[in-house]
Amino acid sequence: MSGPIEKMRSSRKVLAEYHYEPAQIERGYAGKTLYVNLSNHKIEAKDVTQQMKDIFIGGKGFGLWYLWNAIKPETKWNDPENEIVISPGPIAGITQYPGSGKSLVVTLSPLTNSIMDSNVGGFFGPYFKFSGWDALEIQGKADKDVVVFIDGDQGKVTIEEVDLDPSASHLLSEQLTELMADSEQDKKNVSVVSSGSGAEHTRVGILNFSFYDLRRKTARLKQAGRGGIGTVFRDKKLAALVVKFSSLSGKSNNPADPALIAKTGVKITREINKFDDTQFRMRQIGTANLMTPMNDYDLLPVHNFKYGSHKDAVGISSEVLRSRFTQKMPDGCWVGCALSCCKAVDDYVPKTGPFKGEKVLVDGPEYENAAGLGANCGIFDADYVIEANFYCDTYGIDTISTGTIIAFIMECYEKGIINKEITGGLELNFGNAEAAMELIHQMGQGRGFGKIAGQGVRRLKKIFAEEYGGDPAFMQDIGMENKGLEYSQYQAKESLAQQGGYALTNKGPQHDEAWLIFMDMVNNQLPTFEKKAEALHYFPMFRTWFGLMGLCKLPWNDIIPESNATSDSPEKIPEHVQNYVDLFNAVTGKSIDKDEMIRQSERVYNFQRVFNLRMGFGTREHDAAPYRALGPVTEEEYESRQERYDKQLKEDVGINPEGMSTADKVAAMRKYRQERYETLIDVVYKRRGWTENGVPKLEHLKDLGIDFPEVVEVVKNNL
Amino acid sequence: MKIVGTNVKECTLCGACETTCSIFYFKEDNRMKSAIQVEELPDNQSPAIHVCNQCGDCIAVCPVLAIKKSKSGVVIINKKLCVGCFNCVGVCPTGTMFWHEDLTEPFKCISCARCTKECPTEAIFMQEV
Repeated sequence: MSGPIEKMRSSRKVLAEYHYEPAQIERGYAGKTLYVNLSNHKIEAKDVTQQMKDIFIGGKGFGLWYLWNAIKPETKWNDPENEIVISPGPIAGITQYPGSGKSLVVTLSPLTNSIMDSNVGGFFGPYFKFSGWDALEIQGKADKDVVVFIDGDQGKVTIEEVDLDPSASHLLSEQLTELMADSEQDKKNVSVVSSGSGAEHTRVGILNFSFYDLRRKTARLKQAGRGGIGTVFRDKKLAALVVKFSSLSGKSNNPADPALIAKTGVKITREINKFDDTQFRMRQIGTANLMTPMNDYDLLPVHNFKYGSHKDAVGISSEVLRSRFTQKMPDGCWVGCALSCCKAVDDYVPKTGPFKGEKVLVDGPEYENAAGLGANCGIFDADYVIEANFYCDTYGIDTISTGTIIAFIMECYEKGIINKEITGGLELNFGNAEAAMELIHQMGQGRGFGKIAGQGVRRLKKIFAEEYGGDPAFMQDIGMENKGLEYSQYQAKESLAQQGGYALTNKGPQHDEAWLIFMDMVNNQLPTFEKKAEALHYFPMFRTWFGLMGLCKLPWNDIIPESNATSDSPEKIPEHVQNYVDLFNAVTGKSIDKDEMIRQSERVYNFQRVFNLRMGFGTREHDAAPYRALGPVTEEEYESRQERYDKQLKEDVGINPEGMSTADKVAAMRKYRQERYETLIDVVYKRRGWTENGVPKLEHLKDLGIDFPEVVEVVKNNL
Repeated sequence: MKIVGTNVKECTLCGACETTCSIFYFKEDNRMKSAIQVEELPDNQSPAIHVCNQCGDCIAVCPVLAIKKSKSGVVIINKKLCVGCFNCVGVCPTGTMFWHEDLTEPFKCISCARCTKECPTEAIFMQEV
């Protein structure tokens, strides 16, 4: 390890330097944001205005606000003008409540060409705030790879050229941590943002945000995974961001009411200690605890979202994955998180690729990775899922998009749309782990068919149609993308609410806006269109809130308090919602209630919708879903659930399935479901205060207080 | 290793232990800032005496390795490393990792024995385990 670090140390060449007096944090805000331009080396501080705090709050709000002001409607993701904005939020950095270290990252996406946002844990956000900054704007492009160092102890920001290898994120994070730290214990005061070679060769690059694990003595990685933000990062020739901050304390946010924060934190930490082992076992298995129930409820994505379960799913069940995770480690991705869910596989030895034969630590697999890289591709081998997870992370590519991309490719391969010649010899049938792993290496290294795969599902459909004669209508049906972003790993097919939860999103089908599947399909709490519309208003707004504050959503409903048993609206977890209201007021000194919480989100959510309009998107046509997300595309899919579908035809559609061919039943079901989806869109738009075309109405924007002249102009052009 | 042993039948609820501890460590006579806290119970029951037994369960949950066992086996918080997350408070099986709203870091008994010297009966005493 000392060789590369000595090389880094001796090669550091400062291109620009900026000294500052770190702001005193006041009630969750530093009051300043940092602007860095990689083209002209400008580094400057900007003030956080009262309007920003009132309307945009922080996190994604600040990200959208800065990006709006930085770009024009014609700006493309790889123009120097595009910005990456990273912002934590006023609550981020408290140490007493679980899940308080998140940041939001915003940019123009190479997949969607529109606004992308992604949330991420790790230590960077809080340390960056306590170093004196509520947001970081990176604009421009460097000539050669650079690193931006933010030293919050010394009050210094530098842009530097450093002799380093940017291809493997897990090594770069480790090396830069050691470079900045004065001792082993000091390493916990450093956080690195980096990507890998895959972000240079694909459109699905990620950012890894590190935190140092003192017990394992290694850097751990959390991901800002969706939308290709890492691709923008590497396109700017940014190799890494590094922050150092050494004086973290329980009062670093200088909150208005520290006692209320402590009381609320101790309450939920005790709750987690008491109930987690008999609820979701987050501390033992993390999000992978979902693998077994999803398969049991027929909701696991299998074979490109064709099916919901598989006889071999037991190979990557929750119990199997639990047995691979080191137990009893405090695996919170920010201090104070008793939910402790970022589990790791220690001392895994890869069988393939650049790290074959070497012991590595694997951050995961999370549910998305096991479901997407594994089940959706028909691969039910735990070693494969672990190794694929590891390589995606270090190559810097999105496990969710990669899973859905490979699943799409496999279905096209099995249908004969592409063949071995086109794939360069890779026999990409469902279940072929060896071929899939090789494809991941090709994506990560920019070789062979991997270069094409890395373009993403939307572009693959076009390439397969134009170059190989694939049926565009069929591929449109099975290509699981919306707005250009690949679907994450939940079966929306049988949940009308989740169909809306995925496709009526601002950025694309990522479940961080709304995860309604259990509510809809298991608990049957959304039986009518009105209830679904209400849920598709409330939950996206509620979940947006976390991204304004710097909070993780998991402690909201992946631990259930005793009070829920006697609650009127258990699906909302009212006691925890009140916790969050209390936290916001306790940090900022304001006095919001549960209604204002939703209004805060509505302002930012509607602003993002208008921003999409400004970029040429954001209308109803962009909320269309591929039919695989709504219902059975093929006869084999229909027949896999024949009893259920026949019943639905009879009872809901009023058609007697007896004597009908499967093809005719598929067609009848399709007509019904597509019409039903359109009706859902109508009721949801109405509930959200939008026109039939999905444009926020002017009265609604005025009511929210975001009727700025530029916003009104964009909306008027679209009405 | 010595911990504070208890014989609750002898306790008269005089509060001398709490006064001694809170004054010595926090310069304030405040039983809520004492690392030994005596709880009156109803119906003629003997009081409950809450004090750390140095079990060490808190050590494993500290995210910054601020809690360690000293050479004599006593569990100690390094206040310089502590980031005030209270995960130790949440996990403590005896409820004797204490916190107070005036204080950013939690606090606990470190077996200094001062309280046992002030106890007028023998309700508390140092016990070798």
